[in-house]
Amino acid sequence: MALFDQTATEHLKGLESGALKSVELTQTYLDRIRAVDNRVGAFLSVDADGALKRAEEIDERRAKKQRVGRLAGLPLAVKDILCERGKVTTCASRMLQQFRPPYDATVIAKLREADAVFVGRTNMDEFAMGGSTENSAFQVTRNPWDLERSPGGSSGGSAAAVAAGMAPLAIGTDTGGSIRQPAGLCGVVGMKPTYGRVSRFGLIAFASSLDQIGPFGQSVEDAALLLETIAGHDPRDTTSLDVPVPAYSQSVNKPLANLRIGWVREHFGGGLDKEVESAVRAAFEVYKSLGATLHEISLPHSKYAVATYYVIAPSEASSNLARYDGVHFGYRTDEKEMLAELAADRRRLETAGDKAGLEHLDSALVRMYRRTRAEGFGPEVKRRIMLGTYALSAGYYDAYYLKALKLRRLIRKDFDDAFGKVDLIAGPITPAPAFKIGEMSGDPLAMYLVDIYTVSANLAGIPGLCLPCGRSQAGLPIGLQLQAPALEEERLFCGARMFEQATDWDKGRAKL
Amino acid sequence: MSDYTTIVGLEVHVQLATASKLFCGCSTKFGAEPNTQTCPVCIGLPGTLPVMNRNAFQLALKTAVALNCEIPAYTKWDRKQYYYPDLPKNYQISQYDLPMSQHGYLDIGDPKGAFEPKRVRILRAHLEEDAGKSLHDEVAGKGDSLIDLNRTGTPLLEIVSEPDMRSPLEAKAFLTELKLLLTYIGVSDCNMQEGSLRVDANVNLHIDTAEGKVATPIIEIKNMNSFRAVERALEYEVGRQWCEWQETHRKLGDAPKQTRGWDDVAGVTRGQRSKEESSDYRYFPDPDLAPVTVGPQDAAAIRESLGELPAALRGRLESDFGLSAYDADVLVNQGSPVVTYFLDVAKFTGDPKAAANWVTQDVLRTLKESEHTIESLPVASSALAELIRKVKAGEVPSSRAREVFQTMVEKRVDVAAAMQSLGIAAVDEGELIALCQKLLAANPKTISDVRAGKLQAVGALIGQAKKQNPNVDPTRFRELCLELIEKAP
Amino acid sequence: MSISRRDNEKVALLGRLRLTEDELAIMTTELAQIVGYVDQLSEVDTDGIEPMAHAIEVANVFRADEVSPSLSREEALSNAPHRDERGYLVPAVLGE
Repeated sequence: MALFDQTATEHLKGLESGALKSVELTQTYLDRIRAVDNRVGAFLSVDADGALKRAEEIDERRAKKQRVGRLAGLPLAVKDILCERGKVTTCASRMLQQFRPPYDATVIAKLREADAVFVGRTNMDEFAMGGSTENSAFQVTRNPWDLERSPGGSSGGSAAAVAAGMAPLAIGTDTGGSIRQPAGLCGVVGMKPTYGRVSRFGLIAFASSLDQIGPFGQSVEDAALLLETIAGHDPRDTTSLDVPVPAYSQSVNKPLANLRIGWVREHFGGGLDKEVESAVRAAFEVYKSLGATLHEISLPHSKYAVATYYVIAPSEASSNLARYDGVHFGYRTDEKEMLAELAADRRRLETAGDKAGLEHLDSALVRMYRRTRAEGFGPEVKRRIMLGTYALSAGYYDAYYLKALKLRRLIRKDFDDAFGKVDLIAGPITPAPAFKIGEMSGDPLAMYLVDIYTVSANLAGIPGLCLPCGRSQAGLPIGLQLQAPALEEERLFCGARMFEQATDWDKGRAKL
Repeated sequence: MSDYTTIVGLEVHVQLATASKLFCGCSTKFGAEPNTQTCPVCIGLPGTLPVMNRNAFQLALKTAVALNCEIPAYTKWDRKQYYYPDLPKNYQISQYDLPMSQHGYLDIGDPKGAFEPKRVRILRAHLEEDAGKSLHDEVAGKGDSLIDLNRTGTPLLEIVSEPDMRSPLEAKAFLTELKLLLTYIGVSDCNMQEGSLRVDANVNLHIDTAEGKVATPIIEIKNMNSFRAVERALEYEVGRQWCEWQETHRKLGDAPKQTRGWDDVAGVTRGQRSKEESSDYRYFPDPDLAPVTVGPQDAAAIRESLGELPAALRGRLESDFGLSAYDADVLVNQGSPVVTYFLDVAKFTGDPKAAANWVTQDVLRTLKESEHTIESLPVASSALAELIRKVKAGEVPSSRAREVFQTMVEKRVDVAAAMQSLGIAAVDEGELIALCQKLLAANPKTISDVRAGKLQAVGALIGQAKKQNPNVDPTRFRELCLELIEKAP
Repeated sequence: MSISRRDNEKVALLGRLRLTEDELAIMTTELAQIVGYVDQLSEVDTDGIEPMAHAIEVANVFRADEVSPSLSREEALSNAPHRDERGYLVPAVLGE
């Protein structure tokens, strides 16, 4: 097994014992990036010099027996959506191509304090809007298991980086499945914590009431280790929960006794790929063999989850993205061109004697805003801004936005009821394995429906995890999703680890 | 000729006196160089989040309670969305359907009786963030505006009255009383020049016609930089609307609500361009902020902590100190430090009437004519009390008391030093009698004149006595003269 | 409910977007399809259900009223696309 095929937990043992140096480890991953990322396209930027310098410094401190952080010397990839002081943070958008935040996201600060080695920033759907990483303004990311296929998204770069052995650990964000879905399609472990478990400060917002930052790793242990590092209360995030963070990496290997697993009737209707269904049902059998009991449950409002999500998320997004207007930061349209265009418009209307047209003609400022946003945003972002603006506008608010907030409560209540009967809910993560790049790009609604199994957890605020549970005949990974009640990440990790230890799906690696 | 009633409602924005902004730690201090009091949060940089300033909420709550508002148990913050370059997020964090307070009132009156005392209802008061500033003129000619975000995120309380005022004068009285209340409870400095208090007015007319009452379209007036400007703008607008009504007979609902700006130099309001879509603010609950719950005991504790409010204080000055309604009003309107000063002088002298006279006349005149505030006035309340006592004891001639006070102010000295520098010393009774005898002996005609009933003849002697000794108390000297003439053989 | 092309023009202005004729045509079709799907929410009886705006509902979160250092002006303006030494510059906002 190559060094880059090992897990972060294994690397950490080597680093701690002195058998492995961070410089060596970091160089291994940088070499791997150089070797394969021209085919995968997971990274938007790679900081080889910075990473090696940092690795060297950590090695020195370790050699001198000085205190080092929890992740000391472990290379790590970060989705290009977390602000890092002085580093270009693009959100895969033309709008932020030159944006250098003057501050660090809380999670970035925690990772730095933990002595992680940042190797690079990963590709994503623009502003995290999408499930294929095709909506990046800069490049397409490919699935390491089949380069013709999508890694999923929006954290497709982070998932692909881990799956291709370009980083042992990666950070993603999940608003409607953006960690769990690409983890499933790329055959790695990805986890969305309870809303409020990880600070959102410095996470460039897509939909504030749904966004969470979470870990990617090759194993459940790795994901537990990374969450333990980034979780915790942050006074700079009002929605951050002031509760203690368990030592997940310590407890992850304790199997759960008398585990009650719920499977959701509504998850197994039409539209679920047969191969996926059988892999998931096989996973249920594994749990039974481990002493768990299986229970059929119902989440009666789950069929409305996608519709609910596609009202709430775009509504919040339309507001969160209003700040990209070319005034205080980010892209601005060419002003000379803009003024010339406006003057030409005016002349045309005057010649035509179009009084109404003249009255409605944009002011220079409004035209500046509109051109800036037309040029700075890609089509999916525009589509969601339109959708959200519409849902919040006068006359539609009650029928769409307010209605969706009420459905959201019903969806949460379904989970509350279900978790009265079971400890974990298990099921598919996507209706099918990885789709071909370009396959869905002409059909936004079909793309949205891929989120059917993931958006509920974001709406309800509960944690969810995806880990590999099979392979299709074409050799594509199939993911199993586990969900737990709010703040029960420990249970989620333990339950996932039980499965992982009983199977070999985590050992598979993409051949590149 | 039909008659009309003027209908005025006011919308007041008050900056709350916090040290830091509503959602970040930047200073709220006025007057800094542009863009030197900003941070990633108030610039609205991607990824930043707001966290609410507890003191801002407390000050807002205090104001709401002082305005007799109901305090709902649950309140939340919403995003009000519109694009403007001094609003960096392009939404303002404000309150929409569940404001932190509503349904209060403020009583107004006029001691000179220009209008009947009345209760102006408060519709709501809510906490929101201020926007920055767009500076147009400074870069004029370049076709650009400069954006300064120092003010962005300063806590603002928006207070909306019901349309209960019936004249520009009442509107001005409401603002004056509101400002007084806010400064009494210390929630804002209410400095209009610095923009810590800003007023918009809504005004229209209810016209009596043959078909009954008809309302004219409501006009919102902006850009008024003083209470006087509010009064003038309303006076102008009432006249303008009346003329417009006679020309057009346009009623409420015939046209969308219009905004007009007040031009203080020209003394007119001018129509401002309105945008067809500008009213669709797309309010929705801000997902980045948590709601706030207020229990009945919290509101009660705030009420306890408020102390005496202006209306109650006026009443107490009248009933407990025997002040006239006018004097009580003058004192209370000066703000609580002046009232405290008065109360101290009254306590030290035991003579509230004299204290009121001194404070409402000499003290206030001095404050007005000098750079002094009551806190910086060199004459402390105890010193003024001392002066009043000396006047009453005859140690300072009442004719020279004002001179002594002025000297105490100008030379920053106590009563004794001021008297000394003015050469005022109490004249010994024996000395005074001797002087009187001497002058009577030299002026026998005075004695006969007085005996003949011309008491005013003594006046000439008083003048001579003052020449010989300026400290002679004329009242006492006159009494002595008359006594001696009566006793003389 | 259906969305017309005119509705979309208005919404595009509200969201300060500018769509070409082609984009507007595609957007109108796509949004109609998405909104058609979302309309299924209307079949659920939500009378008496409290709206849920936050994933985890907490209340009364405050910070102390303490001043912390601001950015230097240079740092604050460092990402501005158009500026002078004092602030951000935009096309004149008079009359807006």
